[in-house]
Amino acid sequence: MTAVASDKQAVATPIFRARVLPAIILAAFALLPPLAMALDDSFLVFFAIRVMIFAIAAVSLALILGFGAMVSFGHAAYIGLGAYCVGILAENGIWEFYISLPVTLLVCGLFAAVTGAISLKTRGVYFIMITLAFGQMAFFTATSLSAYGGDDGLTIWGRTEVFGSSVLSDRTTFYYVVLAFLAGAWWLCATLVNSRFGRVLQGARQSEMRLQAIGIEPYTYRLVAFVIAGMLAGISGALLANAAEFVSPAYMTWHRSGDLIFMVVLGGLGSFAGAVLGATGYLVLEEVLSHVTEHWRLIFGPFLILVVLFARGGLMGLIPGGKRHE
Amino acid sequence: MTLLAVQTLNGLQLGILLFLIAAGLTLVFGVMDFINLAHGVQYMLGAYLAVAGYGLTGSFWLAMLLALAGSLIIGLILEMLVFRHLYDRSHLDQVLATFGVILFLNEGVKVIWGSSPLTLPVPEILSGSIPISDGLLYPVFRIALIVSGLAVAALLYVLVSWTRVGMLVRAGATNAQMVSALGVNIRRLFMFVFGFGAMLAGFAGIMAAPILAVEPGMGDNLLILAFVVIVIGGIGSIRGAFMAALIVGLVDTIGRSLATDIARLLFPPAAANDVGPAVASMLIYILMAAVLFFRPSGLFPARAG
Repeated sequence: MTAVASDKQAVATPIFRARVLPAIILAAFALLPPLAMALDDSFLVFFAIRVMIFAIAAVSLALILGFGAMVSFGHAAYIGLGAYCVGILAENGIWEFYISLPVTLLVCGLFAAVTGAISLKTRGVYFIMITLAFGQMAFFTATSLSAYGGDDGLTIWGRTEVFGSSVLSDRTTFYYVVLAFLAGAWWLCATLVNSRFGRVLQGARQSEMRLQAIGIEPYTYRLVAFVIAGMLAGISGALLANAAEFVSPAYMTWHRSGDLIFMVVLGGLGSFAGAVLGATGYLVLEEVLSHVTEHWRLIFGPFLILVVLFARGGLMGLIPGGKRHE
Repeated sequence: MTLLAVQTLNGLQLGILLFLIAAGLTLVFGVMDFINLAHGVQYMLGAYLAVAGYGLTGSFWLAMLLALAGSLIIGLILEMLVFRHLYDRSHLDQVLATFGVILFLNEGVKVIWGSSPLTLPVPEILSGSIPISDGLLYPVFRIALIVSGLAVAALLYVLVSWTRVGMLVRAGATNAQMVSALGVNIRRLFMFVFGFGAMLAGFAGIMAAPILAVEPGMGDNLLILAFVVIVIGGIGSIRGAFMAALIVGLVDTIGRSLATDIARLLFPPAAANDVGPAVASMLIYILMAAVLFFRPSGLFPARAG
């Protein structure tokens, strides 16, 4: 009933939402290092790197969750896989980005293709549970890798190199590399969503039957989106491994997957700017609350419940022109 | 051979615990289409309440009574405060909000009881061991756990198959809207099912407390196994949950004990020590993927259409 109306609105996306807001957000991130320098606050840069890395993962999840209605509860697995690709290669003496980046994309893409091909045969709650289970599978596999630290994780003695030079060890350079990846992932996802591919994906969310009636089988489209999301989350994992110079199974616990879903919902479903804002909001809140009390989850849990129950538009709902029209 | 016998018993024991948790989960989902991640926390609370009850009364049996009552009360409070507002929401909202409940309760338990593991002594009467074959002893309490779990399963079977409430539950799992249209108060039915499920999970926690470490987050891993169980068994089906729980318990336990040995036949010893446990921990997920690939609604689907 509302399908036609919301299609029209999707075509007439407010210019603010599509162009201005992303530009403001990215500019804010770009201006942060000089600001932090002026304030002499090196923690700010360190923290913002972490925010941007999780924003990449959140954007990738927003692609399948917000636009494809695929509630993947195992998305943290790709962060872990990406991180382990970097860690295991480094442990074996391979530091070059032109090896580790393709390997990360390949491993995450393959894992997403295989698990996605099985998971996408199912619907609704089965999909949630089966992605959760595959995420756990990756987690337990990582904990049993005793050669690479097992439960304790693996320290990486350095950062990925670019043709033999260790430019990424400079914090500011690394910061802008992460920002470039965030902008790239964002651009890619936004372009996808606005293409014919994205129309099919969103159409499948509204009515699978109508799509099939006009001769389009949504399964393949969903699977491709799932694989792209997995690969992007893998990149965020590779960046995380570089930022922390450490890899551990803790990157891919199912709690992490839950956090990622919350970031997307907190920002507002169906918007990549929302995913970035949600990731930012989540990590800032975590940071602030954990300074207030060591038991910050005691506050965070009820907050999450209240957001789900009452704040249906998420952060995007608070921004003028950002509200989702349904 | 005796090793296999012991591992089979251990597998049954895990299967029974899983069944007790999965039974509530699958019923709640079957009747209300409600996915409750916080169900694993109910199991944890059962264990903690039993430890607390034991501290108060000094008796395992009184502690069990207190913990069962406590599990029921906490379950109903959660239902009224949070879950009730989520029935008409999407699965995504349900997952997130119940995830919030997990965060809160795991942390709350840490605040009240600390984060180091607690133990509950085995009751006197069940404390011995019995020989199951020459020279091999198996603790009585673990056998009691298996027997009590089977008894609960039998009780559930009778309740669900032969009583009026059971009939409504089965009807609700098949087509909740129709049951509601026929004049049954489906919300009240659900409160009943929900409270019962919370008590079953609490019971699992109580029985697990003497043999496993009682610690924050202890329910999380079992919750995911319970999900695997109800997905394999078919969501909404008690019979499916029972079969799948035993299968998952046995495959997981026996897989873990044999995987390294089997891997040694195929790989050099150093690699085998890595490959074995890795494969063992993946077994049940592979099993689940295989079941879903061939039967996307599980082995015993309850829902019509």
